[in-house]
Amino acid sequence: MDFNFTEEQTMLRDMVRKFVDQEIKPLAQQIDKEHNVGLIQGILKKAAPLGLLGIPFPEKYGGANMGEMGYAILIEELSRACASTSVTIGAHIGLAGTSILIGGNEAQKEKYLKPLATGEKLGAYALTEPGAGSDAANIQLSAKEDGDDYILNGTKLWITNGDIADTIVVYSVTNAELKARGGITAFIVEADTPGFSAHRIEDKMGLRGSATAELVFQDVRVPKENVLGQVGMGFVIAMETLDESRLSLAAACIGAAKEVLAMSVDFSKKRVAFKQPIAHFQAIQFMIADMTAEIFQMESIVYRTAWMYDQGKKIPREGAICKLFCSEALDRIVDKAVQIHGGNGFMGEHPIERFYRDSRVNRIFEGTSEIQRMVIAEDVLKKGSY
Amino acid sequence: MKIAVCIKQVPATESKIKPAADGKDIDRTGLSFVVNPYDEFGVEEALKIKEQLGEGRITVISIGSDKTAEALRTCLAVGADQAIHIKDAALEGSDAHALARVLTAALQRENLDIIFFGKQAIDDDSGAVGIYVAEMMNLPHVSAINKLEILSDENRAVAHRQIEGGTEIIEVSLPAVFTCQKELNEPRYASLPGIMKAKQKPLSVLSLADLEIAPDSVGLDNAVITLDQLSPPPTRTAGTPLEGNAEEAVSELVRLLREEAKVL
Repeated sequence: MDFNFTEEQTMLRDMVRKFVDQEIKPLAQQIDKEHNVGLIQGILKKAAPLGLLGIPFPEKYGGANMGEMGYAILIEELSRACASTSVTIGAHIGLAGTSILIGGNEAQKEKYLKPLATGEKLGAYALTEPGAGSDAANIQLSAKEDGDDYILNGTKLWITNGDIADTIVVYSVTNAELKARGGITAFIVEADTPGFSAHRIEDKMGLRGSATAELVFQDVRVPKENVLGQVGMGFVIAMETLDESRLSLAAACIGAAKEVLAMSVDFSKKRVAFKQPIAHFQAIQFMIADMTAEIFQMESIVYRTAWMYDQGKKIPREGAICKLFCSEALDRIVDKAVQIHGGNGFMGEHPIERFYRDSRVNRIFEGTSEIQRMVIAEDVLKKGSY
Repeated sequence: MKIAVCIKQVPATESKIKPAADGKDIDRTGLSFVVNPYDEFGVEEALKIKEQLGEGRITVISIGSDKTAEALRTCLAVGADQAIHIKDAALEGSDAHALARVLTAALQRENLDIIFFGKQAIDDDSGAVGIYVAEMMNLPHVSAINKLEILSDENRAVAHRQIEGGTEIIEVSLPAVFTCQKELNEPRYASLPGIMKAKQKPLSVLSLADLEIAPDSVGLDNAVITLDQLSPPPTRTAGTPLEGNAEEAVSELVRLLREEAKVL
């Protein structure tokens, strides 16, 4: 048993940390305040030649082949600085790229995964609809066969990168009776396909620098060769992709948690009340202890699960556990961080306020906490406990 | 063009440094270590020269314990071609002069055109090793350069260095030693392909015996410069407000400068 990062993983972490400190941290407040997607696109342009946008993918598709461990390290470090940037890259790698890696044939990986891995193109993953969030099997966007094509009609909602992506993995209904049991099909849609349009949704509690969009499909003609995997396999691809991306979402929570803890420790040593630094008070110390204990737990389960994934194990239960625990732990941690910072933590000029807002959505997207509990319980009841 | 860059592993810039209990070293527990930032300018400059000439071989060299290999691997990940790690228990506590002798022995085996150093290491800020090496190898050197141009015949170089009120422009014949100042370039990040390739690049470990240096000529016991005591800077005391009108305050200030601070 060895809990150390490999030499390559350590070098990756150090390199990403340096990149984040120099290129992202100085912009993070501005990205949030101005809802500045353009700044994030500038960061992506710098990250691409370093190979950061293809970390987990095999080398033959332009990736670095550093697995889920490498990907989790990247996301943790990005999330220390800017959740909006982290989510943009997460949707690109963990959702769009991973869907194609899991479901795609050789030609599709060559044509679509490679430019995503090298950062030449940006990806998005479109599953959620106005009437289908947690109930993902209830999507309505339809795909009707027409000669050598399918014709897509419908709407997708709250799609990260939706209006800035070049390549979008779209989940649609090809057989309304079968639905999740073989009636859902994933398509690779190029954003410049006629009939496709995307509309930015601006007013969000957090992740204000990330591009969230509504996607409208009006008779969008997609060639059959762009069916991801096989017709009817869409739901399986969507769910397997989520297993993996939930894990990286949990890694994002670690990065944010460590950062707010560091800020809280720093603040509590400097802030003087009743003639002494507030770090001297047990009330503050207990909060710091609880935050630290939870971070240790987060780190322990996420990197263990990443290791399992890289060993080729399926992780529906563990991915859900990581996502559930880490997203809820982060909310407890940022709440304490705001409390320690007092009025300062409530003010928009302090990054703590941004971390607090950015944290909340982690319990909602990529499967709510409630869905994670369902996934875990179903898995345990079916396969038994440990 | 054969280029060597001598690097040192130092505590990360943001580290909170405190003296060790014996006052002879810093407390290294919990510190993270990086390649000395000034040395990174040397690595970057070597990479730029290699790219510009379309050929070249870059060797990074460092003296230190096992941990030093991390710093060398980082330089390989950034793009250096090979690394030399000089490691020997007898080197513990060596002063700059001894380290320069050891480096000189290693550098002389390489038939180099250019040797880069950082202008100083950010831990002890001594800045002596590079210049010692130039002297021991009998090579021209320019310190704290912020611009370097290799002339087309490749046997000469023009270096710029900032001096008070202007820029000094110095032409030297190669081989030569340069120590790097921060405006020289913008060091690149290691790329992921670079990180994955770093492990396959040669990293040779040399001992004092390999370099034919007697162990009893180095180390703490044979140092010509020894560290007496490391202590944290004194804490600042509060300022003294001067009472009275401007005239009285000024004469009081002059009196204090003369009698207390003794600067007048």
